[in-house]
Amino acid sequence: MDSALIPKGVKRCPLWQFLLFIGAAGIVLLWGVYAMLLCWFKGLNQTNMNDYYGFALWIWADLAVIAVGGGAFFTGLLRYIFGKDVLKNIINYAVLIGFICYSSALLILAIDIGQPLRGWFIFWHANVHSMLTEVAFCLSCYFGVLTIEYLPLILENRQIDKVPFFHYLGHNMHEVMAVFAATGAFLSFFHQGSLGGVTGVLFGRPFGYREGVFIWPWTFFLFTWSAAACGPCFTILVTKITEKITRKKLVKDNAIELLAKISGWMILTYIIAKTIDTWYWATVTAPSKGFTLMDFYSNNPLYGIWILVVEILICGYVPALILITKKGRKHSITLWAAIILAVIGVCLNRWVMVLQVMAVPVMTFDHWAMYYPSWQEVATTILPVAYGVILIAISYRYLPVFPNEAELNPIEPLSEAVTAIEPSMASEQELKPAEA
Amino acid sequence: MVIDLDKCTGCGSCMVACMAENNVPFRKDESDKRLSITWMRIFRLTNGKSFPKTDICYLPRPCMQCAGQHEGHSPCVSVCPATATDYGVETGIVSQIYTRCFGCRYCMASCPYHSRYFNWWDPIWPDGMEKYLSPNVSPRMRGVVEKCSFCYHRYQLAQEKAFMEGGRELKEAEYQTACAQACPANAITFGDLNNPDHTVHRLAKPDFEHGGRPRNPHAFRLLERLGTNPKVYYLSSRKWIQQAGDNYLKNEAKMKKPVHHG
Repeated sequence: MDSALIPKGVKRCPLWQFLLFIGAAGIVLLWGVYAMLLCWFKGLNQTNMNDYYGFALWIWADLAVIAVGGGAFFTGLLRYIFGKDVLKNIINYAVLIGFICYSSALLILAIDIGQPLRGWFIFWHANVHSMLTEVAFCLSCYFGVLTIEYLPLILENRQIDKVPFFHYLGHNMHEVMAVFAATGAFLSFFHQGSLGGVTGVLFGRPFGYREGVFIWPWTFFLFTWSAAACGPCFTILVTKITEKITRKKLVKDNAIELLAKISGWMILTYIIAKTIDTWYWATVTAPSKGFTLMDFYSNNPLYGIWILVVEILICGYVPALILITKKGRKHSITLWAAIILAVIGVCLNRWVMVLQVMAVPVMTFDHWAMYYPSWQEVATTILPVAYGVILIAISYRYLPVFPNEAELNPIEPLSEAVTAIEPSMASEQELKPAEA
Repeated sequence: MVIDLDKCTGCGSCMVACMAENNVPFRKDESDKRLSITWMRIFRLTNGKSFPKTDICYLPRPCMQCAGQHEGHSPCVSVCPATATDYGVETGIVSQIYTRCFGCRYCMASCPYHSRYFNWWDPIWPDGMEKYLSPNVSPRMRGVVEKCSFCYHRYQLAQEKAFMEGGRELKEAEYQTACAQACPANAITFGDLNNPDHTVHRLAKPDFEHGGRPRNPHAFRLLERLGTNPKVYYLSSRKWIQQAGDNYLKNEAKMKKPVHHG
């Protein structure tokens, strides 16, 4: 029924199966939308946040999706600026994942603020000294860049591509994509960094506070670095999951392996820097405020020293060492393990830098503050996941997201199938296909 | 502000006066203190020792009106993305602009004293109570942050009066916070720390060349080591209370950390 919209040379599941999948994800999405409306109409009393936990699950989700969405800017940087041509086979998907992550982050922020209708005040009454202002500006601008990067892919839909204007628009946008990739990398450097700065500048919170250079705490650079390092792992992870679900090989191994290798070296350098940062903080910064390292990791039911071991050792050094070795990258199980650990590691880092910062008592007579999210918070956090699944499903079905898909999964006999779907192909021949 | 902890009995008059003066909203169920709005909150500290060596202390905690390492670099002011909280260089008071706050709560995350409160609900006053609200303080709506303002409206009223009387300077007694006036034990003293004639200056003896550190050996400020540079000074002759004001490493603190109850 929708075969005219499906890219040429590839096979998709029957429409009923697709609609069933969308319907299932749609139910979860509606659950999230219901919770979102509750928060908007009844207020943030729908959450389990309190005056000790002003930042909670949503801010973690925001930081986490932005970190894992970092695959878009870093893959774009490698592809368009550093000329890693082999990554053209995965760049579309990296952009799509980035688009989903960043649109989700903006949506979560819109739910998270107490007065959503005043959200524009952050631009209008901007305090240039605030890290959050920098986040808002760079995040919005970069979302614009991602939209521009995603648009040519939409224009490559078979039916849209038939319109000469859209065809040439998409083609010309591809031509100038390097400019947007560079802009995206520039903006990402600042918003990933300023997200790191959000807690790094809190000199009233010794657990999060870090010294740094000029106005930027070390967490500024660590966040950018970790997003560039672990973002591509998330891109690979989602690609692998998509391959499992579709039961097809969608991206050539050389693209995955190159991205995994670069990611591995990035994680290794990041985790060494993170170790040095942690060491300095534990031995110099925190003691200067009257705290020992173990003050932050004891006398509470959750935040033990294990969290530091898991983050740095298990989810840092282990995936880094796997990914920098050829054997590790080539072996399916070790590759899966490494990318999952890397993604968990960066998400755990964001969790610690939001929720543990809030939990640690600062006044000597205060106690650890524990928190668990309400169902409304959970639902609104799952909402972007459902939205992402739906957008990926629709994009995969109707857009040529994976340039190698037809080559890797040939349909027999190809020519007859295409002719049956599209009998008047000859008229399109003068239109030059857009190039990634 | 100077609070003498040896005088404070923990009666809560300051909290009540503050709530009445500043139209602080409340709900039927205030059992979850992490959802209660208490611009002035009293903490109960003990020295953690058993009878007969046990000792307690009540510590009233308003907003510390931090100046930071350089005037105006308060933990909260520097982070507010919409400039909804500001530092008054004339008064040293950290303000909160309710109509500009959009409720991101970054300021709450930055405050180590938990002096900032979010309006999780719209205020609902018991029938007839609207008539008793102070017309000088705007009630806050759901979704914005609020905090102690050192009764700034009283400062404005006093300034207006002084201006109408020929632009004279304010006298010490003309601008007093509600909590200071309500304290039956006279534990809270309010005034201009910069003015050597004011009682607060004489009590705390702030050393402005060293970030306002008190020269009075019995005076201390909460979490001074963080560099927040607060304007609330505490007085106590008891060593364990003085040490409870800040965090110390084992080799720095000879005494056990106090325990907080309630």
